[in-house]
Amino acid sequence: MKILAVCGMGLGSSLLLRMQIEAALKELGVTDFSVEVADISTAKAIDADLIVTSPQFAPMLTGKVPVITIINYVNKQEMRQKMGAAFGVLEGGGSV
Amino acid sequence: MSFLISFVTDVLAVPAVLLGLAAFVGLIAAKKSTSEVISGTLKSVLGFVILGAGAGVLVGALNNMGPLLEAGFGVKGVVPNNEAITAIAQKTLGSQTALIMIFGFLANILFARITPFKYIFLTGHHTFYMAALLSATLGTAGLEGWILIATGSLILGGLMVLMPALVSPYMDQVTGSSDIALGHFGTLGYWLSGTVGKLIGNKEDSLEKYQFPKSLSFFRDSLLSTSIVMLLIFLICAIAAGNEATLKLSGGQNMIVFSLLQALTFAGGVAVVLYGVRMILGEIVPAFKGISDKIVPNAKPALDCPITFPYAPTSVLVGFIVSFLGGVISMLIMGLVGLTVIVPGLIPHFFVGGTAGVIGNATGGKRGAIAGSFLNGILISFGAAFLLPTLGALGFQNTTYGDADFQVVGIIAGGVGNAMKGSAFGIAGVLLGLLAAVLIVGSLTNKSGKAGAAKKAA
Repeated sequence: MKILAVCGMGLGSSLLLRMQIEAALKELGVTDFSVEVADISTAKAIDADLIVTSPQFAPMLTGKVPVITIINYVNKQEMRQKMGAAFGVLEGGGSV
Repeated sequence: MSFLISFVTDVLAVPAVLLGLAAFVGLIAAKKSTSEVISGTLKSVLGFVILGAGAGVLVGALNNMGPLLEAGFGVKGVVPNNEAITAIAQKTLGSQTALIMIFGFLANILFARITPFKYIFLTGHHTFYMAALLSATLGTAGLEGWILIATGSLILGGLMVLMPALVSPYMDQVTGSSDIALGHFGTLGYWLSGTVGKLIGNKEDSLEKYQFPKSLSFFRDSLLSTSIVMLLIFLICAIAAGNEATLKLSGGQNMIVFSLLQALTFAGGVAVVLYGVRMILGEIVPAFKGISDKIVPNAKPALDCPITFPYAPTSVLVGFIVSFLGGVISMLIMGLVGLTVIVPGLIPHFFVGGTAGVIGNATGGKRGAIAGSFLNGILISFGAAFLLPTLGALGFQNTTYGDADFQVVGIIAGGVGNAMKGSAFGIAGVLLGLLAAVLIVGSLTNKSGKAGAAKKAA
């Protein structure tokens, strides 16, 4: 699963997203993934299975690839829940 | 034996290799797999090489803009762009910058550990840019060798905890919580905006009651908007300079085609620089975070300014436009007074102005956002102007730093350097003394730190 984290300049927010995604997926026990970082200008040219970004960029990235919107970059629960849903993995085997 | 010496010397002298070495050590210390160590090390070096390539590209375009501006308006002009000035600084100060950055990270962890300012500054590219600024201004002041590195890294580490602390009360109002801090070197502008908002604004009258049309959202695409603005600048200068003068500069190429290509060459160069920086940060920042998590586990992450944007999107756009207006007015004043003209930099006004808008809105609603970002626009325009001389030879590169903290720190360091020229120890002493004073006074008067500790004890 190739994940693309997108932000405005491809430097600050998207790198943070990448670290959060990796941490969340590690906690969920998912290992088969890679995360790449990009800015909004070049994001569309990059091949990915899943895009993760903020609410401002989501509308610019709609297309064949599913887009996950993260509102609070440091809220671990939001990240875990949304990544879990994307990977079809439920946290703790209970309700989402 | 001489081979060994030349190896060590060249490792220290070539920033790309130096950074690779730091990444190598960091990755081994983090017990990463062999393939991760090799890939991480090589990518850090590669990122630096790519950064250098980007610098070459955009310098060419900048070198064409300068004379065109002069021919058109009779003034020397500068377009602030952090990526450009840092990339240019790398050519002569690369090793010093790399070393200051690496030790700056360590100084951040140290200060977070021993002061009540428990912040870890995760906006890697700003750490990088500040390191470049410090090596440029301290270098111009006459410091070199280990004094330069030590002074630079301590100041950098100090800034990395002090700036987030300065605006943390305002940041808490923006996010409605105290989990995140702001790690962005435009903080002095944000503090100004938040304070103005608090003094003259009305929190309840928020800008977020209004919504902006979606068609303006393309501004978030920084490369696209940089291209458009640079194109406008080139075209306006070319028209003002007249066809004949422009043809001389373009070597006979048509005025419009020339403007288009130069503008896009600049934007292209910035894109390449960003790609290189991204590659470097991708290896360094996670390592930094990993190390700091172990040493200062209860530290708050200080994050890049776009973190604030989702909380107040209308304020971002208003802040940007008003800040940019402040920049245009400042430019006109500078032109009239005969100073080197600072052409408003799109990226600084967007990110710094936008964030100033969000913070002004949080403390003072509509009035706070507008007044705060306007003042911010003026601050970063005159700040850029006053910074130019302290950058020494770098100041003549047609570009400079666009964010408030780079400018103010540069001006202070440059000012002290100028006043005490020739006395490297003296300069270092004064600057580090200032830093210590701020840290100590701040620690003693820090209410948020004590409140946090009280919460934990309760």
